[in-house]
Amino acid sequence: MKANNVTSASPDGDASFRDVATAHVPFRLGRLLLWAVILIVTVDFTWIVARNENFGWPVVAQYFFDPTVISGLYVSLGLTVVAMTLGTIIGLALAIARMSDDRLASSFAALFIWFFRGTPLLVQLIFWYNLSTLFPQLSLAVPFGPTLASWDTNSVITPMTAAIVGLALNEAAYMAEIIRGGLLSVDRGQTETAEAFGMTRARALWRIIIPQAMRSIVPPTGNQLISMIKATSLVSVIAMADLLYSVQSIYNRTFEIIPMLLVAVIWYLLITSILNVGQSYIEAYYGRGERRNGAEAKPTDTGAAVEEPSH
Amino acid sequence: MSAVQITKPLVEVRDVHKSFDQLEVLKGIDLDIMPGEVVVILGPSGSGKSTLLRCINHLEAVHRGFIAVDGEQIGYRIQNNRLEKLSPNGIARQRRKIGMVFQQFNLYPHMTVLQNIIEAPVGIHGESRKEATRNALQLLERVGLSEKAHSYPRQLSGGQQQRVAIARALAIKPKLMLFDEPTSALDPELVGEVLATMRDLARQGLTMIVVTHEISFAREAADRVVFMDDGKIVEMGKPDDVIGNPQHSRTKAFLARFL
Repeated sequence: MKANNVTSASPDGDASFRDVATAHVPFRLGRLLLWAVILIVTVDFTWIVARNENFGWPVVAQYFFDPTVISGLYVSLGLTVVAMTLGTIIGLALAIARMSDDRLASSFAALFIWFFRGTPLLVQLIFWYNLSTLFPQLSLAVPFGPTLASWDTNSVITPMTAAIVGLALNEAAYMAEIIRGGLLSVDRGQTETAEAFGMTRARALWRIIIPQAMRSIVPPTGNQLISMIKATSLVSVIAMADLLYSVQSIYNRTFEIIPMLLVAVIWYLLITSILNVGQSYIEAYYGRGERRNGAEAKPTDTGAAVEEPSH
Repeated sequence: MSAVQITKPLVEVRDVHKSFDQLEVLKGIDLDIMPGEVVVILGPSGSGKSTLLRCINHLEAVHRGFIAVDGEQIGYRIQNNRLEKLSPNGIARQRRKIGMVFQQFNLYPHMTVLQNIIEAPVGIHGESRKEATRNALQLLERVGLSEKAHSYPRQLSGGQQQRVAIARALAIKPKLMLFDEPTSALDPELVGEVLATMRDLARQGLTMIVVTHEISFAREAADRVVFMDDGKIVEMGKPDDVIGNPQHSRTKAFLARFL
């Protein structure tokens, strides 16, 4: 190296000594102390919680797989799946309407989103549950014309349907904005290319735009799904026997309030943990075009080995 | 086949005007392009040449005049002796015989090279997946990228991506190919491979309209050169005439910058 003869800003030492591959990490006392403090506090806290009899761990264990709890769990999960599915479908329709050139469609979508995002979910649920006080009869009719069929509202709006409608419509408003954001994040050139190749709008959306939008739709949707699981606990106020409602019904009998709430808490945590794992797999799937595969360092013309990208 | 028979033009552009808000970018364009002809449109930035190209497959709507491709007026149809705007799906159907290559390649990033190429043939033109795949592999060989069939676009260089984009456009067996500044987004050392592919296509009798700044490509591959400035066609003719011996002062001024 010529630079060694001249005055240079680089530190002394011969080339092999200065090779960064031989570098050591200095011992960091501060970090070690921090680790020790955090570990001690965590272990101590766990120890205190585990030994505190007020938590009633034996009761938690006794009721963890209680049939009432399990059926409540199924209700919560079922409600989440149904409401989230409906919410996503309606949300997609709203997002497309919101982005449409048609003023009426986009205003309607904006109004829907404004209303359902702007009022508390709990209030919406109670409203749906009490729909019969507003409309005692629900009928299918030609507008301003004859009635085709009619039902008693109280027979249609059970706690179950009120919960599904309430949760789904509320979710739709949020999903609409998430999906719209995702669709907007896709490069305008992609839509144009799909158009230039003579794809119909529906096909371009389904094959080209939505798969690319998924990368930015999935993470906030995972958030929404976790919120939804917890939001199902609100339906206990309209007497729907979900997970929270079922543990409440037990502690109303046995007065073991804290242990029964812990049963619910642990179940909620278990479900959300499973969902987190699922979400990372989905993210990896939709990110497949983003990775540069390790084998190919710098792409060249002259026959680099054929690498099969993993799916 | 080079087409100097008594055929109808494949592309007819008649008195086309186009404005963006107040700004008029096309001020009355007339242009006929015969089957098999390779036309290169040159001109300074903002001269309206890309807009003209995008009007030909109705990515932009024209405001006056009309454009017809293969006898069909693009974006419109005649119904009961009246001119009627086509529905989006009707326009989509008309575009299916026109291939297009973009400045930014616009490959579908979530699909492999092979999936990119067979998307339109299978999904829109109803070819079987097997046949489309066989055809796609042939096209990839033609653009020299056989070994990249299962790569994703992001794993390719710009030049390779653009060659895939050309293969993708050829896969629909277009009657007309539009190239919108296909080499402008490329590093200088990658321009050559794309131009070589295009020169190859020109030789095989494909009808091509190419908007570019590559004067050398125009000189070698074009049957006709169109020079545009300020929304009008200033000069057009054989490349040797327009490039070698320009008549108009604006053409001379433009070409002088490339010498």
